[in-house]
Amino acid sequence: MAGVVLEHVTKRFGNVVAVNDANFEIKDKEFMVLVGPSGCGKSTTLRMVAGLEEITEGNIYIGDVLVNDIPPKDRDIAMVFQNYALYPHMDVYNNMAFGLKLRKFPRAEIDRRVKEAARMLGIENLLDRKPKALSGGQRQRVAVGRAIVRDPKVFLMDEPLSNLDAKLRVQMRAELSKLHARLQTTTIYVTHDQTEAMTMGDRICVMKDGFIQQIGAPLEIYDNPVNVFVAGFIGTPPMNFINVVLKKEGDDYYVDGKAFKLKIDRERAYQIKNIGAYVDKEVILGIRPENIRDGKIHPGTEDNSFVATVDVTEPMGSEVIVYFSKGEAQFVGRLDPQTEARDGGEHPVTFNMQKIHLFDKDTELVIK
Amino acid sequence: MRFHQRAFRLFKRIGIHALLSLYSLAVLLPLVIMVVNSFKTTREIFLAPFSLPAVWSFQSYVQVWQRASFGVYFANSLWVSTLSVTAILVIASMAAYGLARYRFRGVDALRLYFLAGLMVPLRLGVVPLFVLVQRLGLLDTHWALILTYVANGMPFSIFLLSGFFRRLPQELEHAARIDGCTEFQIYRRVMLPLVRPALATVAIYNFVPIWNDFFFPLILLRSDHLKTIPLGMTLFFGQHQIDWSLLFAGMTLASLPLLALYLMLSGHFIRGLTAGAIKR
Repeated sequence: MAGVVLEHVTKRFGNVVAVNDANFEIKDKEFMVLVGPSGCGKSTTLRMVAGLEEITEGNIYIGDVLVNDIPPKDRDIAMVFQNYALYPHMDVYNNMAFGLKLRKFPRAEIDRRVKEAARMLGIENLLDRKPKALSGGQRQRVAVGRAIVRDPKVFLMDEPLSNLDAKLRVQMRAELSKLHARLQTTTIYVTHDQTEAMTMGDRICVMKDGFIQQIGAPLEIYDNPVNVFVAGFIGTPPMNFINVVLKKEGDDYYVDGKAFKLKIDRERAYQIKNIGAYVDKEVILGIRPENIRDGKIHPGTEDNSFVATVDVTEPMGSEVIVYFSKGEAQFVGRLDPQTEARDGGEHPVTFNMQKIHLFDKDTELVIK
Repeated sequence: MRFHQRAFRLFKRIGIHALLSLYSLAVLLPLVIMVVNSFKTTREIFLAPFSLPAVWSFQSYVQVWQRASFGVYFANSLWVSTLSVTAILVIASMAAYGLARYRFRGVDALRLYFLAGLMVPLRLGVVPLFVLVQRLGLLDTHWALILTYVANGMPFSIFLLSGFFRRLPQELEHAARIDGCTEFQIYRRVMLPLVRPALATVAIYNFVPIWNDFFFPLILLRSDHLKTIPLGMTLFFGQHQIDWSLLFAGMTLASLPLLALYLMLSGHFIRGLTAGAIKR
C-alpha cells in the first residue's frame, strides 16, 4: 500500500508538450480518476507512473520512493490495458500466473493467489481457456485478475471499460468499485467518460491539453467547477452557457440576455465575492439542465422565469430533455416527464437562480 | 436471373477445380514416377517407363544405402540443413525483433542494409566467397556451407519476421514489462510464441533449398565423407550411362525429410502465408 506523488512532472515529445507541470498527490488507498478528452495527457501521465514513458522533468514517487529511474517491473505496480493485452498463447491461468512466475514465487503460492483472484472475479471455470475463446467481459476480468494476483502497491487502469458494450460497462463499473472497496489498493484510473469518473472516483483530476484543470471529489467538481471547460465536461447533458451582461439595480444583481432578464438569488450573489467588478460587463452564465424547470409545474416569478421556444424534446422516461431557444440564447432543460412542452411550441421555463455560475468571458474562469 | 447466377457460380467452381486438379497432376506425376521407378530395375525403367513394376523390388534401396554410402550423405545433409535453419531462426528472429520493435539511431540504415542482401545474387560473388572461405581455413568443412547458408538466408527471413513482429500490439510488450519480463524475456516468452506461423514459414522456406543445394557443396567440399545428398547423387551419373534405378531410389529417400517437415509445419506454414491478408 502506498500513495503516489507527482512533483512538477512534465512530458514533452519533441516540441509537443503532452503533460505540463502535473503536481498532485494520490493518497494511499485512494481511487483517483484522470479524465479528459482524448489527447489531454491523461494516458501519458499514467504511463509515466507505470514507467513505460520517461519523464522529461519532475519527479514521481510511489510510496516515498523516487521511481524516476526505476524500471516498470521494480515499481510494484500492475496495469490493466484498454485492449486487455492478454497473452494470446497462454491460457487464463498462465496469463494470471505469468507475473508471479517471473518473480519466482513458489508454485503453491501462485496457485493459491490465481485461484483466489479467479474466485473473486467469477472466472474459475475459464482458467484453462485461451483468451480468444473468451468474451469481451471475460477478457476484461482476466486482465483485472492478472493485476490482482500481483498484490501490487498501485493499480493503473487505462480506459479498461471502453471496449465493452454499454450494458457490460455499467456492470463492470460497479464491480471494479466493489473490488476497490474490498482490496483498498491505491488506484489510478484513466477514462474519457465523465460518468465513469463521477461514479468511481474518490477524487477526479480533470485534464485538458496537458494541463490539469481541477482536482477534487466528484460532487465538489460538479458543484464548483473552476472554469468553463470543467463545467462543460462533467455532467450530461452538459452545463448551459449563455452570454449575458451583468447588471446591478439597487442591491440586486441581474443577468441580461437581451430577450430575457433574470435576478440572481441574493444569497448566491453574496457568495460570488468578485461580482461587483463585473457590473455592466459581458459574462457567461452557467446553469445545469436540472436547474432549468418546467414553468407550468414550477411556476416562477418574472425575476426567474420567461417563455422560451421549444426546439426539440427527448423523452427519456424518467425525465424529458428539452432544447430551448430564446433570442440568441440556446439552452437545455431537464424537465419532469409530465411536461406539456412540445416541439415547436412556446413554453415557460423557471431558472433556479440559486444554482448559477458566472464565468469571465475572456479567461473562461469562474467568477468567485 | 437467380438461375443464371447459380449456374455461373457452379461453372466457376468447376473451372477452379479443373485448374487446381491439373496443377496437382503436374506436381504429383513426376513424384509418382520417381517413387514407382525406384522399385524397378534400370532395364525395366527403359522398357516401360510409366508402368507399375513387375516385381516390387527394394534392391535399389539396399544398393544405394550400401554401395553409395548414402547413409553418410544423408547424415551430412541433415546436420548441415538442420544447423543452418536453426541458426537462421535464432539469429533472424532476434535481429527482426530488434529492427521491428526498437527505435534507435540508425535503425533504418540497418534495415536497408539487411534488405540490400535480398538484391545481391550470392552466386555472382562465388569467387570472393571461395577465397574468403579458404582464408578462414574452412574450405572442405561443413562450417563453410553452414555459414554461407545462414548469411544467405538472413535477409529474407529478417524481412518476413520483422513484418510479423511489427504487427503485434505494443500493449503486450508493456504488459510483459510490467509483469516483470526482461527485454530478452519479452522477446522469448511473449513475442516469439506469437510469430510461430512466421517461424514455420521461414523454416520451410530455408530448409528446402538448403537440403536440395548442389552448387555450394560442389564448390566448397572435396572430401567424399563430407558430401551432402545432392552432391553424393552425382555418383549415379556416369559419363556414359546413368543408373536410373539407383538415382530414383536415392531421390525418394532424399525427399522423405522434406515431406516430414512439411507435414509437421504445413498448418503453421499456410497460416503464415495468409496471415495479414484479412483484417482480424
